[in-house]
Amino acid sequence: MLKIENLHAGIEDREILKGINLQINAGEVHAIMGPNGAGKSTLASVVAGSEVYEVSKGTVELDGEDLLDLAPEERAHKGVFLSFQYPVEIPGVSVTNFIKTAINENRKAQGLEDMPAKEMLKKIRAMSELLEIDRKFLSRSLNEGFSGGEKKRNEIFQMAMLEPKIAILDETDSGLDIDALRIVANGVNKLKSENNAVLVITHYQRLLDYIKPDFVHVLYNGKIVKSGDASLALELEEKGYDWIKEEVSS
Amino acid sequence: MELKEKIVSSYVAFENKVDVNSNIHKIRAKAFHQFENLGFPTKKLEAWKYTSLKSVLKEDFTLFNTNEKAIEFADVKEYFLNDVDTYKIVFVDGKYSSFLSETTHDGIDVCLLSSALTRSKHKPVIENYFNKIAKQDNMTALNTAFANEGAYIYIPKNVEVEKPVQIIYFSTGSVNAALLQPRNLVVTEENAHIQIIERHQNLSENAVLTNAVTEIFAGRNATVDFYKIQNDTNTASLVDNTYVDQKTGSVCSMHTFSFGGKIVRNNLNFYQNGEHMDSILKGVTILESKQHVDHHTLVHHIAPNCESHQDYKGIYDGRSTGVFNGKVIVNKEAQKTNAYQQNNNVLISDKATVNAKPQLEIFADDVKCSHGCTIGQLDSDALFYMQQRGIPKKEARALLMYAFSNTVLESVKIPQLKARINKLIAQKLGVNLGFDL
Repeated sequence: MLKIENLHAGIEDREILKGINLQINAGEVHAIMGPNGAGKSTLASVVAGSEVYEVSKGTVELDGEDLLDLAPEERAHKGVFLSFQYPVEIPGVSVTNFIKTAINENRKAQGLEDMPAKEMLKKIRAMSELLEIDRKFLSRSLNEGFSGGEKKRNEIFQMAMLEPKIAILDETDSGLDIDALRIVANGVNKLKSENNAVLVITHYQRLLDYIKPDFVHVLYNGKIVKSGDASLALELEEKGYDWIKEEVSS
Repeated sequence: MELKEKIVSSYVAFENKVDVNSNIHKIRAKAFHQFENLGFPTKKLEAWKYTSLKSVLKEDFTLFNTNEKAIEFADVKEYFLNDVDTYKIVFVDGKYSSFLSETTHDGIDVCLLSSALTRSKHKPVIENYFNKIAKQDNMTALNTAFANEGAYIYIPKNVEVEKPVQIIYFSTGSVNAALLQPRNLVVTEENAHIQIIERHQNLSENAVLTNAVTEIFAGRNATVDFYKIQNDTNTASLVDNTYVDQKTGSVCSMHTFSFGGKIVRNNLNFYQNGEHMDSILKGVTILESKQHVDHHTLVHHIAPNCESHQDYKGIYDGRSTGVFNGKVIVNKEAQKTNAYQQNNNVLISDKATVNAKPQLEIFADDVKCSHGCTIGQLDSDALFYMQQRGIPKKEARALLMYAFSNTVLESVKIPQLKARINKLIAQKLGVNLGFDL
């Protein structure tokens, strides 16, 4: 589904991603772990199309289609979703109106009519129940004055509404208490299917107790230096990242 | 002939049409001499440093338009708020249109200044209030010299008027260049409440210069909510001179929505003659091409324990230019004043310009005065966030601009007006967001 080959990217002269190779197939959950500054969030932003980073080499394909020439919204229309580490506040635009706009813009891109109001309402209700989101929360301005946990839960709510092919969760566990973590993970698991895939980016193993990865990759200094199954995450949790760094430098 | 000379030499013709022996005319004649001395403002005046009327004044204006041009309601319906019951005072080319208006004398007066100036019934109000707070600077003096027609609103003690009043000035282009000088007087007595929406609208591509003066008096504990919609053609210019006099316990708000026009100058002056009151001055300005808007505000805190809140947002595209000159004076006696001033601007194009000038003159020592002024670009992180959700850049930008303007929009108290403003903003930004914010 998502195929990244020899991806190099950075800001101005500083290269942050130094040749990433990663293939994620439909139905799979991948996790990328790594120390601070390894390039985890950069990878997420580059795949989603952030203009902050410049891609100097390599390809990113979704179902065989090149993503790198597409604008962020066009990638979103193809099914790329990024749950932001730091979601942006938009005063005056309610959670409901924002998601309605997003859904209908996605439908417009696919040549579909706006989603009928009744269907929209039903879906909003179902997904907010799944993520245990209060009705009042939906009429609040997007992310304005939200707690860290509310912001992250709102990201997953949007994911649930948009039904992406590939969802990239960038540090979704940060700022979540254990109950919120369970709710968010439960939502992700419920929405998982044979037709979509999830890429979890995290510093800690904690979230992976709830969202079980099929593959775990270690990103260090702009490269994936080690891949394995779920047990690799446990090993990292236990031993930290220093042994990886040593292994790489030796 | 230059416009000033033309105006001066035409005064006799004006005097032939009005009662020159009235007290009102003494006021006019005095103002006329004032204008004769002052002339039009030039950029040499500090207050007009960033706004030049030169390109407007060169037009060959017709001072007294005698061409009658009838307009059908269907042609101008879009400029009215139709989904809410309102009183209407409508003028076409400076003349009252009874056909488009809906006035009243039932307990309150919502009618014409020309009739208020001549009927004895209104004499006490006119004598107490007419031209009592308007400062006779260049443009106000010019208006006062010819003051004869406009809206007259009188709300007696304890009357809360539920229906808003719409004041609309249309110009039809029946002359090549029209000079309009409407004069409005709004008097709200103790505990009274009124909501007013004002709009100037050019219906043609011919030039229009409107030099309007509005005097607003808010009695003890009165509430006045005033909304100005400025979304005129690129051939229409406006100098709006508004003076607000507040008494103890009153709350007055002025929202100015500036979305278009060639040159718009808002001289908005609040005088707080009492204690425990609040003055609210808010504005959203969204400009493009070569449009120019100058917000020149004054809040004069004269007595203790009062508040003022100013919040102006500006979004400038193309080669448009904006000015915000916000002056706050706190008299020595005006202790415990809380004066707040905020002016935030976003430049969409690198050819757009904003001149922002906060001026605080504080003579009291126990006050809270804050002001903040920013000029920046739209937040690229926020744009990326919205694009990531599939919202195209243009729509994402529009949403961000809404969000940016929200602190002003949220205090519009008439829901239908708020919806209309949202629609105008969406039109202005060329988007259809499919929902009301």
